[in-house]
Amino acid sequence: MADRTMVPFPSNAIVPRKDADKRPVLEAHHLGIDFGGLTAVEDFNLTIGRSEIAGLIGPNGAGKTTVFNLLTSVYQPTRGTILLDGYDTKGKNSFQVNKMGIARTFQNIRLFANMSVLDNVKVGLHNKIKTSFPASLTHFFGYSQAEKAADRKALELLDFFSMADMRDMPAGALPYGDQRRLEIVRALATQPKILLLDEPAAGMNPSETARLMENIRRIRDEFDIAVLLIEHDMNLVMGICEGICVLNYGRVIAKGTPRQIKSNPKVIEAYLGKKAEGKNA
Amino acid sequence: MKKNLFQNMKKTSRKNLVTYLICFSFFAAVRIMGATDNLTRHFSSLLVPICINVILAVSLNLVIGFLGELSLGHAGFMSVGAYAGCLFAIKFKEILPAAVRLPLAMLVGGMVAALFGLLVGIPVLRLKGDYLAIVTLAFGEILRSVIINLNFTGGASGLKGTPQDATFTAGFAAVILTLFVILNLADSKHGRAIMSLRENAIAASSVGINANGYKLMVFSLSAFFAGIAGVLYGSSVSILSASTFDYNKSIEILVMVVLGGMGSIRGSVIAAALITILPESMRALADYRMLIYALALIVMMILGTSEKFMLLRHALSPRRLLSKAVKHFRYKKEGQNNG
Amino acid sequence: MNFLSNLISGLSLGSIYALIALGYTMVYGIAKMLNFAHGDIIMVGAFTCVVFITNMGMHPAVGVLASVVVCVVVGVLVERIAYKPLRSAPPLSVLITAIGVSYFLQSLAQLIFGTNQKSFPKFISLSPITIGQLTIKGESVVTMAVTVVIMAALTLFISKTRMGKAMRAVSEDKQAAELMGISVNRTITITFAIGSALASVAGSFYGLTYGFVGPYSGSMPGIKAFVAAVFGGIGSIPGAMLGGILLGVIENMAKAYISTELSDAIVFGVLIAVLLVKPTGLLGKKTNEKV
Repeated sequence: MADRTMVPFPSNAIVPRKDADKRPVLEAHHLGIDFGGLTAVEDFNLTIGRSEIAGLIGPNGAGKTTVFNLLTSVYQPTRGTILLDGYDTKGKNSFQVNKMGIARTFQNIRLFANMSVLDNVKVGLHNKIKTSFPASLTHFFGYSQAEKAADRKALELLDFFSMADMRDMPAGALPYGDQRRLEIVRALATQPKILLLDEPAAGMNPSETARLMENIRRIRDEFDIAVLLIEHDMNLVMGICEGICVLNYGRVIAKGTPRQIKSNPKVIEAYLGKKAEGKNA
Repeated sequence: MKKNLFQNMKKTSRKNLVTYLICFSFFAAVRIMGATDNLTRHFSSLLVPICINVILAVSLNLVIGFLGELSLGHAGFMSVGAYAGCLFAIKFKEILPAAVRLPLAMLVGGMVAALFGLLVGIPVLRLKGDYLAIVTLAFGEILRSVIINLNFTGGASGLKGTPQDATFTAGFAAVILTLFVILNLADSKHGRAIMSLRENAIAASSVGINANGYKLMVFSLSAFFAGIAGVLYGSSVSILSASTFDYNKSIEILVMVVLGGMGSIRGSVIAAALITILPESMRALADYRMLIYALALIVMMILGTSEKFMLLRHALSPRRLLSKAVKHFRYKKEGQNNG
Repeated sequence: MNFLSNLISGLSLGSIYALIALGYTMVYGIAKMLNFAHGDIIMVGAFTCVVFITNMGMHPAVGVLASVVVCVVVGVLVERIAYKPLRSAPPLSVLITAIGVSYFLQSLAQLIFGTNQKSFPKFISLSPITIGQLTIKGESVVTMAVTVVIMAALTLFISKTRMGKAMRAVSEDKQAAELMGISVNRTITITFAIGSALASVAGSFYGLTYGFVGPYSGSMPGIKAFVAAVFGGIGSIPGAMLGGILLGVIENMAKAYISTELSDAIVFGVLIAVLLVKPTGLLGKKTNEKV
């Protein structure tokens, strides 16, 4: 695996399909980052297979969002490598790793609040819309066809979450739950190979959470992509994740299936403290 | 009820059409007034300045309203364009006819200004907000003092001998070109990318928007049009002097953008025209002009963004008032039909 | 010797920049805004000195003190009327408002005093000090001495007093400070008051150095002092002092050895170079946006 880091990144298209199917979509090797002498994440290893739903859990301040920021190149790691679809993301910007196939949502929602719901999704489609710069300035040279195709694609995606009727509303005016869903739609519009969800169920009631679980499964099945999610709602995590990674104080303390994680004494200790009598985490 | 063509159009295209209509009706009105000898000399002397200011305001709005960054060096770009274009026009004074010379000079001025836009853009990429604003200001001041200290620009005494090619028709054509490009850009994938950076740069990067590339593009495109406005200006004055393009000129353009509404191209057009016409027409106000601009900036910002005035803003929003009026009218009409 | 006397007048000019830069940096550190109008407070200070001393014949000491009071009132009023309603507004709106206030003060001064510059009363008449071949102007000595005293006092105030601690707390974390019972609004008001008082003192020295004051006198030194604050690292008080003094020296040296006309361009070139190489300035600290 290690020699894959040598592969340059001109385009994903050159990868032969049969090889791609077997390769993990995301690998992190010995990832670490320091903030001014303080180590936030250390020796983080993770492999996520194609079409896998994985969870990243841990107490507050364990470094989960920092891992997301590392994976999406918001921060550059101090140590270690990240392979996205086999390609090293070292030195790449956020927008470049998005083009390589990773998309995310944010813990504190980051929508384009004053733009319409449709336009939010169309910004997500940005790199898929084939309009040249002269075409944008003149509205000739295939502008209309490309724009119409983008509208169709955006509405199709919105329809996936039954949000097509909100297309003209400003994104900032949507109810909270819809804002979270729109962020997912916008991320999906970039046609990622792996989707990172940062606390997708935060602030949702149980019935909304149940619908969200259903939606995450549908995303995986219909778009055929991997999902990595950070979540505090254990019902959700244990319900849909196939693999779980537990982080505490910036280090991985356990990895495994939901069943293994539930009974892992280290995990229980991290969540409930040392002297806790093994209740459910 | 069957919808007509106008209602069938996309909302943005409809809005843009109204903006073009306003411009063309103004042009037609001026032409008719000219043909019937109703145009005062004073007013006709304002026509080219109106075009210049409209181009300046619309192009600055691209940076402020769409990209969401503040540039205080717009006058600097204008000056670079003006000098490049005017030097070109002087060089080709005898060779080219005015109808070819001016457009070419504008192209040259625009390109040189765009180049400087890129130059300013590069350090600006690492900065945002207050820092970016102050760096653009610094660039404008540097350009001005360099121009004054150069020989081929005429130095402190100014550049003389530029052919007086700027006409209202030429200015109007330049305005329409500017509007065409900027309005089209705003309603395209590139325009959406720019606005997404204004709304949330981190999220924009996360969906594959190249923030630095777009910032550079906006700065150079905006500078390009400022340069064109500069050439128009240089071709309408007998002496082109660098001291015109100081910080106060940049602020004056900023006032136009803010009064017209940041992000509203039509607003910039109207505000730029009014700000050009009004002070010249009301001499009594001339002394208070700057004071009024200053107050307008402050009041617009406080009323526009303070939470306290949210309700007032909502109640007075033109769209709401209009829809209320329409509802009222429809209600009355239906009442009549039924009765 | 020539070099030394250039250096000393540079230090004197730098002291004035440092006094102004302190106001920028304190307001930036605490209210997180660039008070563009800060430079114009210098002009207000200088004009009030002219009115009190030349026109009303006050004793210079009383006149300068009165001008400090006027500047503090103006600074606090500006904060209350123009900036306070915009606490939670986008930074762009705050910046534009500040530009509006700056423009407002300038045009108001122009309406009251006219476009022409007024001559500034020479209320300090110290004979130049001569050491060997080196001559130092009396005003320069007073400017530097007063600046040193003010800086020492300010440093003590920030580090030792309750109010100083409150200011540091607010600049670290507004919400946490509020929860600890610190009135954020009051702290911001006091910051503006201190900044304006310093600007007023700077205005008097500026008038003394150049001998004239006009409606736009404040804008260039204001912008340069901002450059100084950025140079030293905005938000950092020692940074503002260091940046101000360095900038004054650089400007004077540029004037003496390169070109008088290009000295402003050189000062701004320094700003751009600093921001490119070390965007946080000499003594500033890095802040990351939380994702």
